[in-house]
Amino acid sequence: MDPLSVAPAVIARPTPQELALSGSWTARGIGAIKPQLDALSAPSGSGMVVDGARIEALDTSGAWVLQKLLRRLRDEGTTVQVRDLRPAFAKLLEVVGRQVADQTDTLSTVASAPPSTLEGLGRSAEAAVEQTVALLAFIGESAVALAGCVAHPERFRWRPILYNIRSAGVDALPIVGLLSFLLGIVVAYQGADQLRQYGANIFVADLVGLSMLREFAPLITAIIIAGRSGSAYAAQIGTMAVTEEIDAMRTLGIAPLDLLVLPKIIALVIAMPLLTVFADVLGVFGGMIMAHAQLGVGFDEFLDRFAKAVSITACLIGICKAPVFAAIIAVVGCFQGFRTKGGADSVGRQTTRAVVQSIFLVIVADALFSIAFSALDL
Amino acid sequence: MQEAVIEVSKVSTRFGDHVVHSELDLEVRRSEIFALIGGSGSGKSTLLREMILLQRPDSGSIRVLGADLQELGDDEALALRQRWGVMFQHGGLFGSLTVAENVGLPLREHTGLEDALIDEIGAWKLAMTGLEPEAGAQYPSELSGGMMKRASLARALALDPELLFLDEPTAGLDPDSAGGVDELVRKLRDLFGLTIVMITHDLDLLWQVADRVAVLAEGKVQGVGSMSELSRMDNPSIRQFFDGPRGRAAQEQGKRQADTQADTKSEKPPSKPK
Repeated sequence: MDPLSVAPAVIARPTPQELALSGSWTARGIGAIKPQLDALSAPSGSGMVVDGARIEALDTSGAWVLQKLLRRLRDEGTTVQVRDLRPAFAKLLEVVGRQVADQTDTLSTVASAPPSTLEGLGRSAEAAVEQTVALLAFIGESAVALAGCVAHPERFRWRPILYNIRSAGVDALPIVGLLSFLLGIVVAYQGADQLRQYGANIFVADLVGLSMLREFAPLITAIIIAGRSGSAYAAQIGTMAVTEEIDAMRTLGIAPLDLLVLPKIIALVIAMPLLTVFADVLGVFGGMIMAHAQLGVGFDEFLDRFAKAVSITACLIGICKAPVFAAIIAVVGCFQGFRTKGGADSVGRQTTRAVVQSIFLVIVADALFSIAFSALDL
Repeated sequence: MQEAVIEVSKVSTRFGDHVVHSELDLEVRRSEIFALIGGSGSGKSTLLREMILLQRPDSGSIRVLGADLQELGDDEALALRQRWGVMFQHGGLFGSLTVAENVGLPLREHTGLEDALIDEIGAWKLAMTGLEPEAGAQYPSELSGGMMKRASLARALALDPELLFLDEPTAGLDPDSAGGVDELVRKLRDLFGLTIVMITHDLDLLWQVADRVAVLAEGKVQGVGSMSELSRMDNPSIRQFFDGPRGRAAQEQGKRQADTQADTKSEKPPSKPK
């Protein structure tokens, strides 16, 4: 037998003046009884008798349904009598009856209407403005904390900085290297066909060199780090906020910004340019291999052309973007972490926001860099 | 003697080299309020987790409501889980659902009842545990610790369980709310004939509510009985609950209250805790 099955509640009406109840009047037994109950109407004139002798089981859900039926019949003007109920069931029915009476008086839940389009727009605009202001405030607070640390260098916490350089920088080397290597291959491969048509095979070095060093290496590094470390920062700080660790830190006289935020920003600002150089090297190496395979450009030729085509400025432009991206990722990650309120749910939401916003801001910053560099003729 | 609802026999549990239970035996009878006490690390919580199918003992057998937990199939385990309710120490409420949704969840999940009916029953269970109707629309993170426990208890009661497990029901509550819990536990037992198993360190709760108390230490049950029976035993791990200043104060108060309650307890309608 299926251990979950119970005898369903049954209601019969042998005579118009009598209701005979049987089966299990429990949460699992009364699932299908509702239409039958709704169809019942009080007999005209005389009273009614409910026979509960064959009820096998009664729980609060069943008693609740039964009481509502009795109330409805009584409201329709019939006198209803319940008889032959087991003593335990009668007691339960009575307790539930008091409650049903109380609740129908007080329970008038007003469902709030869903907001109109305009209201929704206003609310999300307000939230966006609020968040921007809060982000600016957070950047300001972090800057003040940083200034304080610079004024009193003994306040710098070197261990967390070194730890973060390892976890966000050294540990990210394999994935950053692999992805930029693949990106170099893709860039060279995509360019190969076009270049071959014009017999300009050697210019693959220009293509790969400039695009990797100026754009792709810093950007792919930033995106990987945003997904890898930005999310981790938001989740770590968010969980600490939920478990009151941040509050504990404040009461112990440790500034959370000093301990949690500054080391992350400093570590990432140091690590990201280094990761970008690593990505440069592997990206160009990937392009070199593809140039050799697809276009027959040898390694010596490639490097010779590379040295002429790519100025030191191009290389520095790419690397100087990295600390800016790093600061964006670390600040947004920590900021979203601190905004966590409530429970586990909120940690997930803030982590998602941290990643989406930091990638968005990184790309916006990259666009601004492009405009600035072209205005400066770099 | 009344029928046993939980029978623990020769249960041993080890975490690595650390022995938590060695051949532990225990019996909980129907409709009694049973308390497990013991120092930190004495294996109370582990034993509770083993009773509610969250953990398996290394050896021995546990029978709950007539079913042997070691030989349970998935369907029987599901059926059994619907016959007990658990109130966790920190509530275990789902943060993404409102309190009312949390309480209605077992009904929604396991029965075919209509939403409107579920909401009504849920609201009643909340009221029964002493929460205001407004609390139903709030999220667990907006509740105080005491309200969270009450909401958790309301959820445990949603399916009208036969057996209720309470993990530290009064820990972290103010004396007034803790007193409310005392009364609530007794009321539930009187009203539904519930069997209640609880872990607690609350001496007032032990003296005034628990029918029988088991003291766990060194992997075994050191003694079982009512608090006044235990207070006459001279096992050192039992004595620690009576010999401290707090233990003595609770003991005296417990005896006084037991005397005055003996005649009024039976027929007094259960007053709603604050």
